[in-house]
Amino acid sequence: MNIDPVRPALQAGDPAGMPMPAAQTLATQLGQALKSPPVLVASVIFSVVVLLSVLAPVLGTMDPIAIDPARRFAGVSAEHWLGTDAFGRDTYSRVLYGARVSLIVGLGAMLASVLLGLVIGVIAGYFRAADAIVMRVMDGIMAIPCILLAIALVSLTGGTLVTVLVAITVPEIPRVVRLVRGVILNVRSEPYVEAAVSLGSPLHRLLLRHMVPNTVAPLIVQGTFIFASAILTEATLSFLGAGLPTEIPSWGNMMADGRMYFQLKPGLVLYPGVVLALTLLSVNVLGDVLRDVLDPKMARR
Amino acid sequence: MSETSMQSGAAAQPVLRIEDLSVGLAGQPARSVVRGVSFDVRPGETVCVVGESGSGKSVTAFSVMGLLPPDGLRCTGGRVLLDGEDVLRASPERLRELRATRMAMIFQEPMTALNPVETVGRQIDEVLCIHRDYDKRERRRRVLEMLAAVHLPEPERIYDCYPHQLSGGQRQRVVICIALILEPRLLIADEPTTALDVTTQKQILALIRELQEKHNTAVLFITHDFGVVAEIADRVVVMNRGQVVEVGARRQILAAPAQDYTRMLVSAVPSLVPEPRAPNQEGVVLEVAGLHKTYAERRLFGRSRVVAAAVDIGLTLRRGEILGIVGESGSGKSTVARCIVRLQEPSSGSIRVHGDEIAGVGGRRLRPLRQRVQIVFQDPYRSLNPRVKVGESIIEGLVNYGMPRTQALDRAGTLMELVGLDAGVLQRYPHQFSGGQRQRICIARALALEPDILVADEAVSALDVSVQAQVLSLLDDIRARTGVAVLFITHDLRVAAQICDSIMVMQHGRMVESGPAVQVLTAPQQPYTQALLDAAPGRGWDFRHFRPVADAAAGLS
Repeated sequence: MNIDPVRPALQAGDPAGMPMPAAQTLATQLGQALKSPPVLVASVIFSVVVLLSVLAPVLGTMDPIAIDPARRFAGVSAEHWLGTDAFGRDTYSRVLYGARVSLIVGLGAMLASVLLGLVIGVIAGYFRAADAIVMRVMDGIMAIPCILLAIALVSLTGGTLVTVLVAITVPEIPRVVRLVRGVILNVRSEPYVEAAVSLGSPLHRLLLRHMVPNTVAPLIVQGTFIFASAILTEATLSFLGAGLPTEIPSWGNMMADGRMYFQLKPGLVLYPGVVLALTLLSVNVLGDVLRDVLDPKMARR
Repeated sequence: MSETSMQSGAAAQPVLRIEDLSVGLAGQPARSVVRGVSFDVRPGETVCVVGESGSGKSVTAFSVMGLLPPDGLRCTGGRVLLDGEDVLRASPERLRELRATRMAMIFQEPMTALNPVETVGRQIDEVLCIHRDYDKRERRRRVLEMLAAVHLPEPERIYDCYPHQLSGGQRQRVVICIALILEPRLLIADEPTTALDVTTQKQILALIRELQEKHNTAVLFITHDFGVVAEIADRVVVMNRGQVVEVGARRQILAAPAQDYTRMLVSAVPSLVPEPRAPNQEGVVLEVAGLHKTYAERRLFGRSRVVAAAVDIGLTLRRGEILGIVGESGSGKSTVARCIVRLQEPSSGSIRVHGDEIAGVGGRRLRPLRQRVQIVFQDPYRSLNPRVKVGESIIEGLVNYGMPRTQALDRAGTLMELVGLDAGVLQRYPHQFSGGQRQRICIARALALEPDILVADEAVSALDVSVQAQVLSLLDDIRARTGVAVLFITHDLRVAAQICDSIMVMQHGRMVESGPAVQVLTAPQQPYTQALLDAAPGRGWDFRHFRPVADAAAGLS
C-alpha cells in the first residue's frame, strides 16, 4: 500500500478536510430574516413598545393614577391625548405604564420559568431516580388549570406583582422541564458525552460543558413563547380582577374598567386591547424567526 | 456473471445509457458535484459503481431516478436514456409512470424505506394499485407470489406484518418486492446491503442475482465495498470526486486496473488472511472472567423480560496485544466493550486491570481506575463535542486528573503529532475536520491519559477504505510505540484480519470461538465462525495482489 499513514490531507481546499464553508453566523442569519416585511414590522412594533415602557415617565403627559373627577370621559385634547376614563385618569399615560407592567411580567415569568425549568429538567434528565418523581409532580402541576391556580393564589395572598408572577410562572415550568429533560436524555447517550465520562470528567463539567449548551437554542425559542403567553395571562387575570390591584395601570385592568362604558367610550377598551394584540403578535413573529434560525429541524415542518 | 450472460448482454441494446451527465448545486451551477459521467447498463447485466464517500455515486443514481433534492442539486448537462427515452427531460407525470414500471430503486436502510404504520402487504399492494388495473384478489395473489419469490417464510403471515416485526434482512426483501413486482427493466440498488450483517448480505446478494436472471433485469449497484464488487459485478465503474475514473469488466478492474486511483482503492481492501504474528509474552493487563450483562425490560403490568446481552465472557489481554471481538449486530460485542470501559455496570463477573477489580466499583473509587481504560467510538461525527475546540477536548481528561492547562496543551500538541495531525490545529472546531481526521483526534484524546487499554468500538467502520487503512496502521503504530493493549470491536473480518493478534467470535451474547487470529480465520473450529467467513464478500479474491485466491494457491503449489 502506498499511502503514507502519517500524512493526512489537511490543506485548505481539500474537499475532505474542509467539507463545507463555516456555518453561517447567527447574526447574518438574523439579518437575513429581518429583511422579510412581516418580521421587520414585528421588530419595529416590539421595539416601540419597549421604548414606550422604558421612557414612560418622560413620554407620559400625566400621572397615570391621578384622579380628576371633573374631567371624566374627556375626549381627545392637547392635555389628554387619548382622553380620560371614568375616574378622569389619562388613558395615554395609563397605556404607557401598562406596557411597563406587561413587559416586566413577561420578562420575569420567562426568566423565572426558564431558569427553574432548566435546573429541574437537568435533574430529571440526568438522574434516573429523580426522573420518575419529578415528572409526576410536573404532571400534577400541568393538571391544574393555570387561571384557576392564579385565582386561588391571589385570593389567598392578595394581588401583588409577585403573586401574579408566581401564578404565571408555576404552570409554565412543567413545559420547560419536559423540553430540557428531553434534550438531556437525548444527549446523554451521545458518544462525546460517554467519552467525557470515561475521561473521568466530574459531574459539573459533564453537565455544564457537554449537555446544557444543547438546551440553549430550544430554551430561547420556548422563552419567547412564554414571554407572549405571560403577557396574555397577566392581562386575562387583571381583566378578571384576579390580577394586579386596580391602582396599578395594566392593560387588563384598563380593559376591565372600560368594559362597562364600551358603548359610551369604546376607546377605553380598544386602545389597551390593540396595543396588547400588537405586542403579542410581534413577540410571536419574532419567536418564530428565532426558532427558524436556531432550530432548523422544527422549521421545516 | 457467466460468460453467456455477458455476451448476450453485450449484444443487446443498453437499458440505461448515461451520456456526459453533470450535476451541479442548485444555487451555483458552476460548482459541480458530478462531471461528465457516461456509462451503459445492458439487460441482465450488473454494473457496480464504486467509490468513496463524496465520489458522486449516489448522486448519479438519484439523477437517473429523478430523485435529486429539487432545492439542492440540479442536472446541468448530458442525457440519461432509459430505453432510449431521456429521463432528465421527462415530465413529472411521465417520471412517476417510469418509476416502478421501468426502473426501481432499493435503498441502504430498509427500515426508513418502509412506512412504519402500514403492513408490508399493503405497501407492496399500493404499487400494483397505482400502476395496474387488477382487482383486489388478483393484487393479493400477486403480492403473495412476490413475497414467496423473495423467499420470505409464510407469505400470508408476512403480508399482515408491520415493518418493525421483521428483521433487517426480511425488510430488505420486502423493499426488493416493492421494487421488482412490476418487473422493471432497470433496478438501482444504492448500498442495499451496507446496513446488514454479512450472512444476511450474502443472502440478499444471491436473491438480487436470482431475480435478475429470472427477469433479465439490468442492475445498477452502488457500493463502496470491493468485496461485493468481486461477488456480483459484471462491469465496474470507478468514481472519484464526481468523475468516472475507470470503466471496465470486473476482472479487468480487479486484476489489472489501469488507473492509480483504482489500484490504490483495490489494494487498500484488507486481506482475509492475517499475517502470522509472534505470540505475545508480555504481562497481562486486562483479565475478564465470567462477565454477565443482562437487561431487565421492566413493564408496568405482567412479568418483566430479561435479555442476556453477554453471557459468561472471559478474556485476557496482554500488553501491546490487539484482541479483536468479532460478531454480527446484536452479538453483544459492544456490551462487553462498554462494561470494560465501565460505561455500563456488568451484572456479574470480574474485570481486572493490572489486578485491580473495576467491576462493581462505583463513584469516587472508580474515578482513578477510569484513566486506565479509554474508548474510541464508531461515529467520528458524534464523538467530539461540536461546541468545544479539539484542543480542549483532548486535554479534558488531563485537566480532570489535575494537570495544569498549559502543560496539558503542550502534551496535546505532542499527541496530535503522534496521530499524524499538525499541533497547530488544536484551536479548531470539530466541523473543520474530515471523518478520518476526527477519528485521529479521538484516538489522541483517548491516549492523553496514557491508558493501559484502548477500546476501539467499531472505530474504523464509518470510514472509507483508504482512510480506514490509514487509521488501522496508525493504531498498529501506536501500539508498537506505547505498548498500549487494544480491544478492537468490529463486525468486519477483513479489518480484524489486518490488525488483530487474537480474535474472539461472539454470537447471541456468547463466546463462540477464540484464539490467535491466524487460527480463527484460517482454520475455524466452530460452524458459526466458518459461516461468517463464508459470507465475507469477495473472499475468493486476493485484492492486494490483484489476483484470485485460487491462482495464488496454484502459484504456490
